[in-house]
Amino acid sequence: MDDQKRININGNSFSFTTGETILTVAQRNHIDIPTLCYLKGTTPTGACRMCVVEVKKARNLLPACSTPAESNMEVQTESQQVIESRRMSLQLLLASGNHNCAVRGSDGQSWTAFQLNVQQQDNSEDLCPVWGDCKLQNLAYRYQVSGETFPATENKYPMETVNPFIVRDFSRCILCGRCVQACNEVQVNNAISLGYRGADAKIIAAGDRPLKDSDCVFCGECIQACPVGALVEKDARYDWRPWSNRKVRTTCSYCGVGCQLDFHIQDNRIVKISGAEETPPNYGSLCVKGRFGFHFIHSEDRLKTPLIKKNGNFQEATWDEALDLTAKRLLEIKEKNGPDSIGVLTSARITNEDNYAAMKFTRAVLKTNNIDHCARL
Amino acid sequence: MTNTIGDIEDADVILVTGSNTTENHPVLSTYVKRAVKFKNTRLIVIDPRRIKLTEFADYWLRPNLGTDVAWINGLMHVIIAENLHNQKFIETRTSDFEALKAMVEKFTPDYVESITGIPVQQIIDAARLYASAKAGAILYCMGITQHTTGTDNVKSLANLAMLCGNLGIPGGGVNPLRGQNNVQGACDMGGLPNVYTGYQKVTDEAARKKMEKAWAVTNLPDQVGLTVTEMVPMAHDGDIKAMYIIGENPLVSDPDLNHAEKSFSNLDFLVLQDIFMTETAQLADVVLPSACFAEKDGTFSNTERRVQRVRKALQPPGSAKDDWEITAEIAKRMGYDMVYDNSEEIFEEIAKVTPSYAGITYDRIERCGIHWPCPDTKHPGTPILHTAQFTHGKGVFHAIDYIPPAEQTDDQYPLYLTTGRVLYHYHTGTMTRRTEGLNERAPENFVEISAADADKYDFKDGDKAKIASRRGEIIAKLKISTKAVNGSVFIPFHFAEAAANKLTNAALDPVSKIPEYKVCAVKLSKLMAS
Repeated sequence: MDDQKRININGNSFSFTTGETILTVAQRNHIDIPTLCYLKGTTPTGACRMCVVEVKKARNLLPACSTPAESNMEVQTESQQVIESRRMSLQLLLASGNHNCAVRGSDGQSWTAFQLNVQQQDNSEDLCPVWGDCKLQNLAYRYQVSGETFPATENKYPMETVNPFIVRDFSRCILCGRCVQACNEVQVNNAISLGYRGADAKIIAAGDRPLKDSDCVFCGECIQACPVGALVEKDARYDWRPWSNRKVRTTCSYCGVGCQLDFHIQDNRIVKISGAEETPPNYGSLCVKGRFGFHFIHSEDRLKTPLIKKNGNFQEATWDEALDLTAKRLLEIKEKNGPDSIGVLTSARITNEDNYAAMKFTRAVLKTNNIDHCARL
Repeated sequence: MTNTIGDIEDADVILVTGSNTTENHPVLSTYVKRAVKFKNTRLIVIDPRRIKLTEFADYWLRPNLGTDVAWINGLMHVIIAENLHNQKFIETRTSDFEALKAMVEKFTPDYVESITGIPVQQIIDAARLYASAKAGAILYCMGITQHTTGTDNVKSLANLAMLCGNLGIPGGGVNPLRGQNNVQGACDMGGLPNVYTGYQKVTDEAARKKMEKAWAVTNLPDQVGLTVTEMVPMAHDGDIKAMYIIGENPLVSDPDLNHAEKSFSNLDFLVLQDIFMTETAQLADVVLPSACFAEKDGTFSNTERRVQRVRKALQPPGSAKDDWEITAEIAKRMGYDMVYDNSEEIFEEIAKVTPSYAGITYDRIERCGIHWPCPDTKHPGTPILHTAQFTHGKGVFHAIDYIPPAEQTDDQYPLYLTTGRVLYHYHTGTMTRRTEGLNERAPENFVEISAADADKYDFKDGDKAKIASRRGEIIAKLKISTKAVNGSVFIPFHFAEAAANKLTNAALDPVSKIPEYKVCAVKLSKLMAS
């Protein structure tokens, strides 16, 4: 029955089911309606007005993210009126803070004073930390908007850097509310909310205290949701750059949930980790360990060479020396005391392939079933 | 898990017990929290500590430590007495219901309150709520298993789920949350003393013959081997002479560490394969450096039986090698050729000898993992187990009586100790304690204690105290917390320098051989001024 319901978008007719929004119908049919504040899976807030569309017979432009599709609705997603509205929204957003991408100043006026001011507030002469990975920047290019139309708003709130993981740069926040949605509706940690009103509005934690003194558990869902440079990994800020970055998809090595994640690699080092979106079991979510706990990989303490204990002290050895000694001693003990005098502990930390090899070795080579791992511990 | 992680959001009622989910499985806990907040799912938390999830719960039942069988039997008593059980499921899918019914007869709410300390009305309310669910999911973790009655506890939860017909349906199930990335896979791969891959028994001659053929060997051993908790005392007594330990740190994670250290020191030969010089590696004769997960290709199997890819992103440091490669090299030097070009070749062999993995290939899980059992390459995998029948036909009810924990408090050791993890650290801390930020959030060991107990023993928040059990003692700071219940303290086991496992009891569950980490008796005393 629902199959009978049809909506017309940009002159083409599409079926929809009750409850679908204009945006979801469009996305399902590969029609690109730009969004900023919309966060998949959460209640649409309609805050940013970026996804507005023209609906025939409607008095105003309507936000596609929160307007339900209706039968025989006629929608235009890129009409002149829509484009003018989006340009205006973007101009206001660009003027609302330290958006020092090239866009701001592209109409030939002096950008030096503004740029210097941003650099001073940020203690860095680098480009914005999310340059090239910013939804606002992308949209400004797409709609050919500069940030000079309206005078820049004064930056009211200083940067927060007093926790080990997340830098909160309020000067770059566009108050889209995606981080609030991510915290309250995806992770349900309820640590942050929209505080104050009007021109004083700010994303706050626990009565406007630093994150470290709030219910925040540093899962970093907010960073991944932030479309601009307001929330950035402290470690990766000004280090990670999209153009020198290689991504590798893998499975997290902490708990048994098996979150899918992407390593971001530069110069053979992991500079940050993000959750793999659109894939189970985590659909982009991670926890503090999965997102930030990767420094052990590059630790100086990593074992790099085989070691053999001689007179109570470890000495570096070649692989041949260490492996020959191991094989020799295991053979001797097996001969003398029998296979069951040897025990093997394999691991819940290593791969299936590693475990299989250890299992096969224990049973086929040592000839004992004395193999276990720390499942019980 | 019998069901999937995504399935949790389809439950009408979720019962979480013995799992501090938001700290130990944070991402999975988001499914529970979202279900409660946005889908009207009702939540029952049964846990001695006031964990974060209790804030989301409709009912929070607070049992005395180690009394799980009693409250589970109590819920079943109420459900049967009020005729809320699923008669059809019991008749068609299960056996031995009468024995269960007879056993839970005596577990009246009054009797259960006398053992567990849970008020009568709460037992009745929770039983009615769980039984009212069209789909009720049970989630549990080590708070259920790490007891001398761990096997009994798990079987009792299975009883409860079967009683209400909550198996084989979306949103239902009995779901253990596995604490380590590949503990499911290590078990699946036969990293256990009694089974080959896919739980094929070493005592089954057909399975043995099959493996002998696949591996081109003869005379595979036919006796069940030793568990880790049996090997350690045998090393102590000199019956185990050599050990090969891969990626494990038993000298922080084992119970009764003082005893464990003596055991490992007593070995004639110990070879350790790890990414760090761990506490256990210090005792080794040979230490072999291995690649970590970011430096290797392979697969992990997660808690919902989903086999997922691990991909090599970096070169390992120095001359460190893949674990399988090192093992194969030792095998070769002992006269057995174990030759593989890469991890995919090993996976192909796994699929060949393991019916539940037979249909999984690297190609098929390139983008998204597959749940085993997956018997052939056309099979989509099995997200929900037991939909039509149980592995062995009918589900058997087990009539189980309550047995108290192995160690009770007394005048000398008047407090109970339970152990676990905190959000910011992982297991023995060899990985997480090397990330500065995580250390900043959770820098050192602590003893979580209730305000009333702190008063009783005249301690203030932040005071250092000596905590002693019959087996050892450690020194740690006291942290007064609303999470703690009067009469019990909690200590995380991540911190080697004040290892909680110096205190814990190595008493084992007779079936699973799991140690009773969740209950032992301790005393607190002030540090003498030096």
